[in-house]
Amino acid sequence: MRQPADELSIVGKSLIKPDAFSKVSGQTKFADDLALPRMIYGRILRSPHPHARILRVDTSRARAHPGVLAVLTGDDLPIKFGILPVSQDEEALAKEKVRYVGDPIAAVAATDEWIADEALDLIDVQFQELPPVMSIEQAIAGAGEPIHGTSNVHKTVALEFGDTDEALRAAAHVREDAVFFEGSTHLPMEQHAAVAQVAADGKLTLWTSSQTPHYVHRALGKVLEMPMSRIRVIATPNGGGFGGKSDIFAHELVAAKLALVTGRPVKITLTREEVFYAHRGRHPVLMKVKTGFRKDGRITAMQFQSFLDGGGYGSYGVASTYYTGALQATTYAIPRYRFEAVRFFTNKPPCGPKRGHGTPQPRFALETHLDKVAEELGIDPVELRRRNLPKPDSRTVNWLRITSIGLEECINKVVEGSGFLKRRTSMPAGRGLGFAVSCYLSGAGTAIYWNEMPHSEVQLKLDRNGGVSLLCGAIDIGQGSDHILAAIVAEVLGVSLEDIQLTTADTDLTPIDLGSYSSRVTFMAGNAAKAAAEKVRDRLFEVAAKALQCDPDELIARDHRVVRRNRPADGMDFAQAVQLAEAQDGLVTGTGSYTPPKLAGPYKGSGVGPSPAYSYSAAVVEVDCDSRTGEVRVPEVWIAHDIGRAINPMLVIGQVEGSVYMALGEALMEEQSFRLGLHKFPSLLEYKSPTALETPIMHTYLVETIDREGPFGAKEAGQGPLLPVIPAVANAIYNALGVRIDEVPITPDKVLKAMNDRSKRVGPKSVPAFDFPPLINADVPDEWKGK
Amino acid sequence: MRRRVAVTINGAKHEHEVEPRLLLVQYIRELAGLTGTHVGCDTSNCGACTVEVDGHSVKSCTIFAVQADGAEITTIEGLAKGSTLHPLQQAFWDEHGLQCGFCTPGMIMAAKQLLERNPNPTEREIRVGLEGNLCRCTGYHNIVKAIRCRTQGAGRRFLTEGEVRWRFHN
Repeated sequence: MRQPADELSIVGKSLIKPDAFSKVSGQTKFADDLALPRMIYGRILRSPHPHARILRVDTSRARAHPGVLAVLTGDDLPIKFGILPVSQDEEALAKEKVRYVGDPIAAVAATDEWIADEALDLIDVQFQELPPVMSIEQAIAGAGEPIHGTSNVHKTVALEFGDTDEALRAAAHVREDAVFFEGSTHLPMEQHAAVAQVAADGKLTLWTSSQTPHYVHRALGKVLEMPMSRIRVIATPNGGGFGGKSDIFAHELVAAKLALVTGRPVKITLTREEVFYAHRGRHPVLMKVKTGFRKDGRITAMQFQSFLDGGGYGSYGVASTYYTGALQATTYAIPRYRFEAVRFFTNKPPCGPKRGHGTPQPRFALETHLDKVAEELGIDPVELRRRNLPKPDSRTVNWLRITSIGLEECINKVVEGSGFLKRRTSMPAGRGLGFAVSCYLSGAGTAIYWNEMPHSEVQLKLDRNGGVSLLCGAIDIGQGSDHILAAIVAEVLGVSLEDIQLTTADTDLTPIDLGSYSSRVTFMAGNAAKAAAEKVRDRLFEVAAKALQCDPDELIARDHRVVRRNRPADGMDFAQAVQLAEAQDGLVTGTGSYTPPKLAGPYKGSGVGPSPAYSYSAAVVEVDCDSRTGEVRVPEVWIAHDIGRAINPMLVIGQVEGSVYMALGEALMEEQSFRLGLHKFPSLLEYKSPTALETPIMHTYLVETIDREGPFGAKEAGQGPLLPVIPAVANAIYNALGVRIDEVPITPDKVLKAMNDRSKRVGPKSVPAFDFPPLINADVPDEWKGK
Repeated sequence: MRRRVAVTINGAKHEHEVEPRLLLVQYIRELAGLTGTHVGCDTSNCGACTVEVDGHSVKSCTIFAVQADGAEITTIEGLAKGSTLHPLQQAFWDEHGLQCGFCTPGMIMAAKQLLERNPNPTEREIRVGLEGNLCRCTGYHNIVKAIRCRTQGAGRRFLTEGEVRWRFHN
């Protein structure tokens, strides 16, 4: 293996983002900004009922409305789809049944949106209303017609690693807690939009605001019954994603079908209300955690139960269900572990992945639980965590392989920065400090559909003037993936960022990247980009070495030059090296691919949780509570994140601060909740999110652990830092007021209620009785045997 | 019943027959073709559609195009002079005051007005002034920093010489 240049010249520097020029000047074309000649507009008729059978859909009046060019119903798109191969349960337009208010039923294309809206009013649908299932309790009770099939149970999991009952019996101290985490939505500022166009030869192109153009491509092929080679999907710059644009959406399929039917370009832009129904956001989860401890505070065993309120369809739900139990043992050395979970169908918009996918809810349960245990054991909450830290280069009891861990350093940074230990016991009235830690994946170790192929691929093409074309399927959703890819390639080739020309997320042009989800792009596409760049660099070194009459191993690429490491004057321009190589054997190209190592453990369900590397975070939150109104304000947050290596520290800090902000919204105000089957807040008028005024002072610390698996040692930044903030808020409120709010969001009414209640607590008393399937007794890794 | 509307946007005259129900933001995006002004909520909360109408910053989804008849309008596309960005645009870029960039045009237009009314705002005054503009990516800090750095007249310079060149090529 060749040595890299001695010093990094681009990686590790806070360089400004390449795409920002067009963003600050209003030139970036988001999906809704596209306009094509002869373009018409699509609108979707959605269910007004949470649960109903469709008896009849009469579109004749709509079809006759002047300006209407096409009307579609479920009969036009009968093939079911879903993001996961095991959950192919969605229809672009519902045929027989609607399962939530907002479920698509029919669609119209017209010469303008007003006419399309008028036509929707002219579609007559006859429903037979069914009793809706609006909660976990109602789903368990199972009265009325199941939402799908024969039961409202969508997925169950029951896993045990070692004998937890025995370990709990032997424990010196055991505690059990039940908590509830309400759902919330992503609320990207850009409403989803898609534009479809059919060329004269019948080839379909879809521009869409999607985090996962490759999966949309596959679904279009399936539902439209067209070869994927006849479909081109181009992801437009996402105006925010946060997981909300990582599924396949009805409007994408409908726009494509309307374009095929009418022969004209069709645009569908969702209204903000429709975005609330598209959802795929945070699952409401009811949880129970029971943990045994030795006298010294070390964990002996944990039993964790999750009840997920999934909404009307499967979406990513099977993965979400596993994620609620996957990452408990990556932050704490848990020798015995039981995880039982169930996801129910309910008559709400489908839940899916929101920043942290399935892990913020159990993290809230776990970190508030440990805070309570620390008090019972008389151990400082920070010290209790320290006594349970896992070791680097180890396996958890549920078989997750951990490489680097910067958790202890993260803890030190926020504890010292905030003065937690000293200040916590002497806070003024109404003020409190809370602490929590967390862990997240740097990309899911398994693809959504089962295959042996790489998860990310990058293609480079060098031109004879020294420019580099970089092609990759990854889409920038604001996180800065374009910059990261360019920075990695520029670093390896010794050129500048402006020499890299990016073409991304276009299924005709770019090689596969599975998508901007699960915090995978920097890690996986970054590794692929690095491999591709190293390949072309090696080729250039070969020809340059011949010309310079030296060994290729003596060469380095820096400052647009290929030079001998010890005699930098001896070398040639980068462009000259490219020209030599091109003259010798034609076009200089290189490809790189990244396939994560096979890490799944030896049990069914082990595919969710493994990642090539894990990021770690720790947070201290300060709260200022008004005991008369119950209002909680957050003046200051200290957050530390183990990033592996910051390829661009400014972008990483941006991700960390954005995560803290989003966590505070979830912790204190945001909720996707329902009344009589209706979303209570389907607009920005009512769905409260923090403004510039509510965002606290943030002290951000980046911890570098240079992970051996990541590109230049990098790990993820986009999701992990959200996780510790929510439980840290709850722990801080306890420190301030002595009340436990075991329910997210922590709204003023809950704080007041807890203060006025003898229990000094608001939260579920327990979890409902549910017959989980028999436990699958999975073996524990060798290092945990006998412990 | 269509009505004639004549406006000046970024110095250029536009004249169209429009339906009275057409919102100003739709006029700007669809008829004038200036798509830098965004729609993010339909309920006048997010501020992504903020523009300047006769010197006042206005959420362009809150008024009808016909109400703007005869007005001088400035949108995000009208701020840069050739390839020289407006100092606020430059500051948002330098300070990483944006991630996805969807709220950015509205933020910059709101910030411009804020600074015109109060050239030396405190941090609190900036935050109060931006309360009507939502951002989901940044946590607002770098936005506030960009506006402050603009008021202090000195941006942090992250730019290499190469990146300066790049700015003019893209």
